[in-house]
Amino acid sequence: MTGMQNLRRRPLGGRRLLDALFRLASLIALLTALAGMLWIVGTVIRRGADAVNWNFLTAASGPLADSGIGNAILGSVLITLVAALIALPPALAGGCYLAEFGRRGRVAETIRFSANVLMGMPSVLVGLFVYALLVKPMGCSSGLAGSVALAIIMFPVVLRTTEDMLRMVPDSLREAGLALGLTRTRVTLGVIFRAARSGLVTGILLALARVSGETAPLLFTAQWSDNWPQDFCSGPTANLPVLITEYTTNSPYEEIQQAGWGAALVIMAAVLALNIGCRLLLRERHHER
Amino acid sequence: MLNCDRIFKLTALAGALLILMLTAGFFLQLGVSSFPVWQRYGLGFLCSTAWDPVAQEYGALPAIVGTLITTALAVGLALPPAFVTALYLLDAPPWARGVLSQGVDLLAAIPSVIYGMWGLFVLVPLLQRGVNALGFEEFTGFGYLSAGVILALMILPYMCAVFRDVFRMTPSMLREAAFGCGCTRWEAAWDIVMRYGIRGIMGGVFIGLGRALGETMAVLFVIGNLNAMPDSLFSAGTTIAATLANNFAEADDQMQSVLFALGLLLLAMSFAVQAISLTYLKRTGKRRGEV
Repeated sequence: MTGMQNLRRRPLGGRRLLDALFRLASLIALLTALAGMLWIVGTVIRRGADAVNWNFLTAASGPLADSGIGNAILGSVLITLVAALIALPPALAGGCYLAEFGRRGRVAETIRFSANVLMGMPSVLVGLFVYALLVKPMGCSSGLAGSVALAIIMFPVVLRTTEDMLRMVPDSLREAGLALGLTRTRVTLGVIFRAARSGLVTGILLALARVSGETAPLLFTAQWSDNWPQDFCSGPTANLPVLITEYTTNSPYEEIQQAGWGAALVIMAAVLALNIGCRLLLRERHHER
Repeated sequence: MLNCDRIFKLTALAGALLILMLTAGFFLQLGVSSFPVWQRYGLGFLCSTAWDPVAQEYGALPAIVGTLITTALAVGLALPPAFVTALYLLDAPPWARGVLSQGVDLLAAIPSVIYGMWGLFVLVPLLQRGVNALGFEEFTGFGYLSAGVILALMILPYMCAVFRDVFRMTPSMLREAAFGCGCTRWEAAWDIVMRYGIRGIMGGVFIGLGRALGETMAVLFVIGNLNAMPDSLFSAGTTIAATLANNFAEADDQMQSVLFALGLLLLAMSFAVQAISLTYLKRTGKRRGEV
């Protein structure tokens, strides 16, 4: 309708200028974002590198000079792994339902909607929820409660990833399996899951990497201690994110803050390594095909 | 044989239904735990600015306002760079695109507590010096501005990643047609790519909004944790999430139920953001017939 207007001659000079400005702006924005990332990573490496040595990685934390973060590393690994154990079975089953049985329909749509909502939920609320659910009735904070909190965060992520990955498997494979006389169960478990395996593993590892850095849900659930995590189910359990929080906000001492940077370096290295590893793995698989 | 399939389907359904139970459980639990607050203060809790643990007087307004300010600041600061960065990634040479895309994804993977730490030790002193030099001597470096900046930095990679995926979905034929008509890159980006991906862009904005709304650790470190109404962007304040993290561990029963009530508010806010974005996306998708 505005065709006549658009036929008016528009001088190129101004448009070229606008275009150049836009390119300049995008380059600046990109460089700023990258510089910000390098700045953060660089700061953590520079300040953390001085703290990290073998003793720092293996000794328990404490007020002494030769203390480290060994108990927090072990505690974090334990909490994350137990969280995965709790979250994976229902998440895989649920994703399987959405991909295999509930592609359409009200129930499936509602489930998808709540999974998306749950994925965007502030993680600090998960901490509150688990506090009221487990910590208060049990009378003490525990590593197990922390695991449950992380499991709740992982659950929708793994569920949606599972659904996406299973859906990427072509239907012809399903039909071929059914035509051979396999039951739906065996087709799903034996054929579809196998075909989607690398994607599933990557998705799960990325979810693990994501929750391993979560701090807010652990503040009131796993809390924090200087002991090794021997009473994982019944007492506060050391973990890296809360240790970092404690060391940076509640301590005026240079050495303690230094240890905080060291812990930050450890957790950042672990998360980034997991991410980069997964991406490389996925890319290799892609190239093979 | 049929039986086995049936059991399998029911097990899978049970896993999927767990998510509904969890969602309902969150509302139920936070509602029940915050019941004493609504009973005692009523809806006045929402617009009271009191925060006095000794007199047991609490109000939610400073935290709500703080949450809104920091979120708006973060999205406002992050939107333009995320948009143009994603557009740049669309046209960049393949090697640059690969490296930069991975960089953006990795930036999104860094735990938020590390952003908080960096904010506390690097950004806060920097902002303090900068703002003081501009003539606002009372700025300590802790406050809404610092929180907004660090949140913007955190949500930028998320928004950028969503935008990038959306832009990539534009059929290249459309862009080529635009170039064929004599459009410059900027015009092709603004008139074609953006119009085509508008619903994805809204989705990206809402994802950023949701993250900024509930981010706890990064904000906790830099906002100053002062439960008071803001004087300016430079004053110290708090957000709902930061209030929860800061006070919950040593709260008495009364305060705990107040914090649960704040949690319920945050839950409602983030639920609204998610629901709006999801229904919006769905509706736009339907109108476009899912091209």
